[in-house]
Amino acid sequence: MSDITKQSLTELVKNIRNKKLSSTDITKAFIDRSEKSKELNVYITEDFTSALDKAKKFDQKPNLDLKLPGIPMAVKDLFCTKDVKTTAGSKILNNFVPTYESTVTDNIWKEGAILLGKLNCDEFAMGSSNETSFFGNVQNPIDKNLVPGGSSGGSASAVAGQLTPITIGTDTGGSIRQPASFTGTVGLKPTYGSCSRYGIVAFASSLDQAGPMAQNVKDCALLQEVISTYDLKDSTSIDFKRNQYSKELTNNIKGKKIGIPKEYRVDGMPKEIEDLWQKGIQYVKDCGAETIDISLPHTSYALPTYYIVAPAEASSNLARYDGVKYGFRAKGENLIDMYEKTRSEGFGAEVQRRIMIGTYVLSSGYYDAYYLKAQKVRKLIKNDFDEAYKKVDAILTPSTPSSAFKIGEKTNDPVSMYLNDIFTVPVNLAGLPGISIPAGHDSKGYPLGLQIIGKAFDEQNILNIAFAMEEKINFKNKITDWWIK
Amino acid sequence: MSKKNSEYLINRKDNQYEVVIGLEVHAQVLSESKLFSTSATKFGAEPNTQVSLVDAAFPGMLPVINEFCVKQAIKTGIGLNAKINKRSVFDRKNYFYADLPQGYQISQFKDPIVGEGKVILDMPDGQKEVGIERLHLEQDAGKSIHDLDPQNTFVDLNRSGVALMEIVSKPDLRSPDEVSAYIKKLRSIMRYLGTCDGNMQEGSLRADVNVSVRAKGSKEFGTRCEIKNVNSIKFMQMAIEYEANRQVDLIEEGKSIDQETRLFDTKKNETRSMRSKEDAHDYRYFPDPDLLPLEVSDEFVKEVKNNIPELPDDKKKRFIDEFKLSPYEATILVSDIDTAKYFEEVVAKMGKNKDMKLAVNWITGELFAVLNNKNLEISQSPVSAKNLAILVNLIKNGTISGKIAKTVFELMLDGDKDPQKIVEEKGLKQQSDPKAIEALIDKIINDNREKAIEYKQGKEKLFGFFVGQAMKASGGKANPQLINEILKKKL
Repeated sequence: MSDITKQSLTELVKNIRNKKLSSTDITKAFIDRSEKSKELNVYITEDFTSALDKAKKFDQKPNLDLKLPGIPMAVKDLFCTKDVKTTAGSKILNNFVPTYESTVTDNIWKEGAILLGKLNCDEFAMGSSNETSFFGNVQNPIDKNLVPGGSSGGSASAVAGQLTPITIGTDTGGSIRQPASFTGTVGLKPTYGSCSRYGIVAFASSLDQAGPMAQNVKDCALLQEVISTYDLKDSTSIDFKRNQYSKELTNNIKGKKIGIPKEYRVDGMPKEIEDLWQKGIQYVKDCGAETIDISLPHTSYALPTYYIVAPAEASSNLARYDGVKYGFRAKGENLIDMYEKTRSEGFGAEVQRRIMIGTYVLSSGYYDAYYLKAQKVRKLIKNDFDEAYKKVDAILTPSTPSSAFKIGEKTNDPVSMYLNDIFTVPVNLAGLPGISIPAGHDSKGYPLGLQIIGKAFDEQNILNIAFAMEEKINFKNKITDWWIK
Repeated sequence: MSKKNSEYLINRKDNQYEVVIGLEVHAQVLSESKLFSTSATKFGAEPNTQVSLVDAAFPGMLPVINEFCVKQAIKTGIGLNAKINKRSVFDRKNYFYADLPQGYQISQFKDPIVGEGKVILDMPDGQKEVGIERLHLEQDAGKSIHDLDPQNTFVDLNRSGVALMEIVSKPDLRSPDEVSAYIKKLRSIMRYLGTCDGNMQEGSLRADVNVSVRAKGSKEFGTRCEIKNVNSIKFMQMAIEYEANRQVDLIEEGKSIDQETRLFDTKKNETRSMRSKEDAHDYRYFPDPDLLPLEVSDEFVKEVKNNIPELPDDKKKRFIDEFKLSPYEATILVSDIDTAKYFEEVVAKMGKNKDMKLAVNWITGELFAVLNNKNLEISQSPVSAKNLAILVNLIKNGTISGKIAKTVFELMLDGDKDPQKIVEEKGLKQQSDPKAIEALIDKIINDNREKAIEYKQGKEKLFGFFVGQAMKASGGKANPQLINEILKKKL
């Protein structure tokens, strides 16, 4: 059954339901492939023995009414999982084993899924290449020494490399959509407030959002259906009517108005990206939708705004990692010395950089000029979208300004690294849903993604557009299994 | 010397200085659970037994506002005659300390839940209004324990996340006595409302005291120093006294006062510099992104308002109007909610033919003396309000004299005995039969003929002698009023 891992979630669920496959068969297949794929370095923590036990248990008394019946899956190591080490890709949490479960993963296990392990990511989700992880680089299954993007790089590689049928990531500025784009997979960042943040290691609270990653849109819709719940344990969780995203999925997008924002045509954008975008426009037209040129005038301010708001919140959110209560602690002469050593040794360079930026922009005397101004610009960016949505139902843009780059290529140039998120960041600032779907390849054969941005709570609509486009695009990911000897 | 007896001035050679004081009172919200978690808040529990994952700031844990604490803050705001802000914002106050698990305290900075208000103080020379700047909700920190081990500090997080109300006064206070009256008034209001137990020993009420001095008559404020975390009224008064004099001495020496945070050393009775303005923390306040702005509806505020009990100022007014008490008596009786409750119960139990004055005198006199001696709260009074009411009635209807009542009261202390029964069992009932007293007096006049003649000749002082004899003969039980009347007739 070597082709089990090639099956989509939808196929696996079907095969379990019609008893062609057992949970044990599927779990074994993904474990076997994962064992052979150590070179990708996608796992921080493997939980294979326990996964097999759970699969066997499931098979003894299978509940086939569940949405993810006996489906094994690995999750980003930013989600707290009860009794399974949760590191957030950081040395400072290298020994941290939660006694509790995040709401999102809890929703997943309740629907019958089984944890395979915890996936590599940028440290505290701060990065766009998975190179800031304390646990090392992740290889992109597309090509050797290619970054998978980040911060959900391990998640994207695991799905693209077929080490897990589906996964979940988190997206603060593009951390689901950019790696999805780099690995030829589908990634959805839901509306802020759609998925509970309870039990997710926080990066920037007003931007963080968990979301599904999969090989296709339908799988993504099914997983979104499972993870999106109103949660009283998260005060920013929103109680809105959630669709049965997979059941209500349709490729009929006739008459939909799709906005094309001119400000996303940025200086120095490779022609391939522009061509891809034009192809995308043609695809939606082919599906019967209409495209309309729109303007999102404050787009160019999104990145600087993001790099004030996100580090500000992060500098405060990460204050709890102080060596006092849990996690790594360095020996110190006194309390302050212990703090300094713990945090200097426990956090990597990028995390320290963002803590410094965040501390700076919140300092008295600078607060008004940076943080407060950034909040105002954030409002303007949101207003741009509100205005646009008076005319259109969704917005189509490229997911990233380039395809995946080589490991080490941008590590010494943080700003060029930050520029990777130029198309994804505005969506987080405005709290909107956005999905990246693979739409083509560049000259090197690396995947490129298109992003569809929706109105708040309108996940169904962008999933439908993505579903319709997916059919037309008929994208085939080129996975050669180069890492398997 | 000043004209008004409550004016507090510091004199140096030719100069007189006025002291300006503002308080930041931290009052623990009376609530079963914490401000953002469901952990218990009981005082004195084993260390770290009332700590949730939220309180200990585990990764991914999020605060969820406790609606009851919001209600309590609004209630207190109403009690302080203050503006209730329908929209308030929780901010993070960032600083590192071992007993601050999040690395920040969730507080309210720019937009507090309660705005400006006022409280009225009853001072010996009249009423004084003290402005309230604001009241905001915030989390308490945990407790660092440094004296259990020579090398290590221990941390108890039971208090971490407990809801506090920070009540900031305007710089309207001018003396240690006013500070005392202000704290007592705040405590009284919050105890009436049931929003804070006001227990200073357990740390439920503590204050940061801002002190500055200025030449008498000056309108400008001097440089202030903040004395942190003082936990008794006595210490506040001592700290102010010390600090004001310290500042005056500096000015007299031609030196300037540094704006700084100081600590009060209760053993040495002095304040000490803790950190200067330059070393002041930059708390990097910003709105907590884990919490939405707190919005309360008109209905919510209205519902809280409708459930506000009678507060001390209103009660005082009613005691004066309805029970004809003097303002002084009313002030004493309403100052503490339990005293007021006790008094009102006595009034209720006395029934129709009641002597209000007598009841007040017995409560503020004999009862308070006993409570003071035994170091008891009125809620622990050995004599119940019901039995005190009976005792007062026994005096009022002439069953016993005031003097005998004192004996009866002594006997009541042991097990809250019914005074009626004591009077019966010990035969202490007052002799009020005019015929019996007449007979008794006849005998005394007969036995003291010469003295009776002397009295008639003008030696009026002897009247007292006859009263004393009659009292003695009756074993102290004869109605003194009747004795007087009959003696006057007979002599």
